Amino acid sequence: MGWNLIRLYAVAVYIFMFAPVAVVLLLAFNSSQFGGFPIEGFSLQWFEKLYENEAIVRAFKTSFVLGIGTAILATTIGILASLALVRYRFPGKAWITTFLISPVLVPETVLAVGLLLFLRWLSMPRSFALLLIGHTIIALPFVVLVVQARLVGIRKDYEEAALSLGANPLQTFFQITLPLLMPAVFAGALFAFTISFDNITATIFWRPAGSETVPTQIFGMLRNSVSPEINALGFVMIVITVGVPLMAGGLARYFTRKKR
Amino acid sequence: MAQVELVGIRKAFGPVVAVEDANITFEEGSFTTLLGPSGCGKTTLLRMIAGLESPTTGDILVGGRRVNDIPIHKRNLGLVFQNYALFPHKTIGENIAFGLKYRGVPKEDARKKVTEALNIVRLPGVEERFPTQLSGGQQQRIALARAIVIEPDVLLLDEPLSALDANLREEMRVELKAIQNRIGVTSIFVTHDQSEALAMSDRIVVMSAGRVEQIGTPELVYNRPASEFVTTFLGNANILSGTVKALNDGIAELEVPALGSLYAMLEASERQQVKSGAPVKLSIKAEKLALEDQRTAEEHDTVLTAQVRDVDYQGQVARYFLQAGNQALQAINQIDERPHTVGADVSVRIRARDCVILPA
Ligand SMILES: Nc1ncnc2c1ncn2[C@@H]1O[C@H](COP(=O)(O)OP(=O)(O)OP(=O)(O)O)[C@@H](O)[C@H]1O
Ligand SMILES: [Mg+2]
Repeated sequence: MGWNLIRLYAVAVYIFMFAPVAVVLLLAFNSSQFGGFPIEGFSLQWFEKLYENEAIVRAFKTSFVLGIGTAILATTIGILASLALVRYRFPGKAWITTFLISPVLVPETVLAVGLLLFLRWLSMPRSFALLLIGHTIIALPFVVLVVQARLVGIRKDYEEAALSLGANPLQTFFQITLPLLMPAVFAGALFAFTISFDNITATIFWRPAGSETVPTQIFGMLRNSVSPEINALGFVMIVITVGVPLMAGGLARYFTRKKR
Repeated sequence: MAQVELVGIRKAFGPVVAVEDANITFEEGSFTTLLGPSGCGKTTLLRMIAGLESPTTGDILVGGRRVNDIPIHKRNLGLVFQNYALFPHKTIGENIAFGLKYRGVPKEDARKKVTEALNIVRLPGVEERFPTQLSGGQQQRIALARAIVIEPDVLLLDEPLSALDANLREEMRVELKAIQNRIGVTSIFVTHDQSEALAMSDRIVVMSAGRVEQIGTPELVYNRPASEFVTTFLGNANILSGTVKALNDGIAELEVPALGSLYAMLEASERQQVKSGAPVKLSIKAEKLALEDQRTAEEHDTVLTAQVRDVDYQGQVARYFLQAGNQALQAINQIDERPHTVGADVSVRIRARDCVILPA
């Protein structure tokens, strides 16, 4: 009896969580003119409309470039920071750790306004570069956490063995540490990409005038009306943010199996 | 191959002193063991020679050259770890060839050297496998092959056998010694296992709490221990307190309160240090106490009577806990048919040459 209740409760929670997503996914294929129920028929017309809408295509491009840029920057910085934090001892280490992780703790709005004020103080205009830097700051803690966790698990012996065999520290990093760290680097990069691709709060503050990412584009379109196009757009976003990590995970597993 | 010399080495980690005033010479081509209990600074000493730690003070010389400021990757040392530390993402072949790559050995020569190294460690034909596809003992052989293929000046081994199970450990230690003999590389081996140290070493460096207690051949550190620590760490020893009554011709007559008179034979080098009338400590290894006259008499023997309080039966031998007056003694003897029974009175014969006066 008790277990049945808990099971029922669990199902209810899942429905509550996933029903809205399911609604968007379903309505994306609705042929009706209005972005709502009832479903009148199956159609791909909203996807076509999406593809023809230049503003949306531009927003996608911006989001992709931004996401990939964020992934590259955040993983590069994240790896270096993790190496320093895990492998070396230096004064103020605890402070730097806290500082690197703090963007997670600070409300995004505060972070966004802060960076803008800083920019104003430097009297620089808002730009794509700012957006990229901002997203990197937001994604960095996640990359650092993932990479650090993995690095702690890689025994120093490997690196020391490589050094003793004559590889210099840089060669040791590229030959030993980085390959062993790769799963975490990969996961971190994906994290960074999806965080950037999804972000809206800070992006609204930081984006240069006239530039839109997919989420800000959707947000803008919503102010006018809930058009069925938005459902299609939502569908594509879900596919990307869920599909990319899944695909990457599958690929990673495939390659590790092939190697054995 | 080279001689390694440590001169006044001290290493402190903040307030913790890991190694204090180490002066050791590792002869060219010799196999030396650093032996001591956990935390005595063996690994730290080895890591300083490797270049993984730098000494707080003191000099490290390899082949007569001071290497303190030479980074590890330029020292040309072979390093073998307790946990093998084979690169998990590289094949066995790639693992062994790793060091050759940075020595500019051409690919074809490298392949030959890898094959040769695998033959030396008796694991031919595993080049294509990954480390996880080998057993622990095999992995350790590969680690050894990887370290010796670069023809290092010195081979450093930090408890390389302690992750293996008991049978394999004994097999590997014979083999490791044979390989070292064959290639003749100066080797420094860290262990806390006294039997490993006694079996393998040309010389043993006994350490305790960061200090070198004694350096010498296995026979020397076992039979002529230089301190109470050394004698209790290697084998089972009886420590007695007494006073020197008389000295003549290399024989010291001692007065031990509970036992009466006892004789100790002094080696030539020890004669200077023992003074008549001085209080001393005496070490007698448990297996040197012969029960019930199993041994022919010698001059200056001491024969006591003791009672068996407890017997630790070990198959071939038994370890007896004896009481002689108010002095507890341990004896380890071969078992002839049956061990002595608890409560029995036994005679105990002690030879003068088995009594070692420990330096004050
Ligand atoms: N990096 C370090 N930081 C601080 N203290 C250390 C460090 N490395 C070693 N020590 C300390 O130095 C002492 C000697 O350590 P070491 O590892 O050399 O011992 P060991 O003889 O190899 O012991 P074991 O048999 O357990 O391996 C210990 O007290 C240890 O706590
Ligand atoms: Mg150790």
